[in-house]
Amino acid sequence: MKLLYFAWLKTKIGTAEEELNPPPEVDTVAALLDWLAARGGGHAEALADRNALGVAVNQEYARPEDPVGPDDEVALFPPVTGG
Amino acid sequence: MIRVQREDFDLGAELAALTAGNHKIGGLAVFVGLVRDVVGEQALGAMTLEHYPGMTEKMLERIEAEAKQRWPLEASLIVHRTGRLEPGERIVLVAAASRHRQAAFEACQFLIDWLKTKAPFWKLEETESGPRWVEARAGDDQAAERWKKRDPDAAE
Repeated sequence: MKLLYFAWLKTKIGTAEEELNPPPEVDTVAALLDWLAARGGGHAEALADRNALGVAVNQEYARPEDPVGPDDEVALFPPVTGG
Repeated sequence: MIRVQREDFDLGAELAALTAGNHKIGGLAVFVGLVRDVVGEQALGAMTLEHYPGMTEKMLERIEAEAKQRWPLEASLIVHRTGRLEPGERIVLVAAASRHRQAAFEACQFLIDWLKTKAPFWKLEETESGPRWVEARAGDDQAAERWKKRDPDAAE
């Protein structure tokens, strides 16, 4: 699974992109966030406040209950501030 | 048409190209966003716009398609810059052209309001106290909210 991080999530986690292999039971966005936070360190810090967190799966906005799989591209980011 | 680019854009040239050859257009509404030199109480040195390549273009195309569905537009354009920008520089251009002004005005406002809450861009400001990521404004959500279609079956 390809993970992408933007804005301050990138700063806190310390990378813009990483390839991870969560176990098969990590099959929803919510489960993935739990799994990532459990890695501790920058991941735990970045995921401390999930209310302010945006998630996209394969470049589409996703909700906690939406499915994720090994071939997906999952992006985590704060609320958007363009324009 | 939508474009994401580092370079500046020439407003006159963009608008001339957008309306060229289409004489059905009677009104063209334009919004240009610029970098301010003050953020809150602090001076702003510059800002850097980061985005999610791929998803950004996809979202901008969808926002434009939605505007075309809602208003009778003859032409529309979104140009958004990325990278480091200093005060006074142009950040974004949205334009909507229609036969009459009301559709053009409304569509233009819709385009920028939806872009601000849906397109994956993030601003990093350079201030006197160091760099900080801009937080989303509640006012932007409210501005986008008024364009949400009412579900006719929803209870008021």
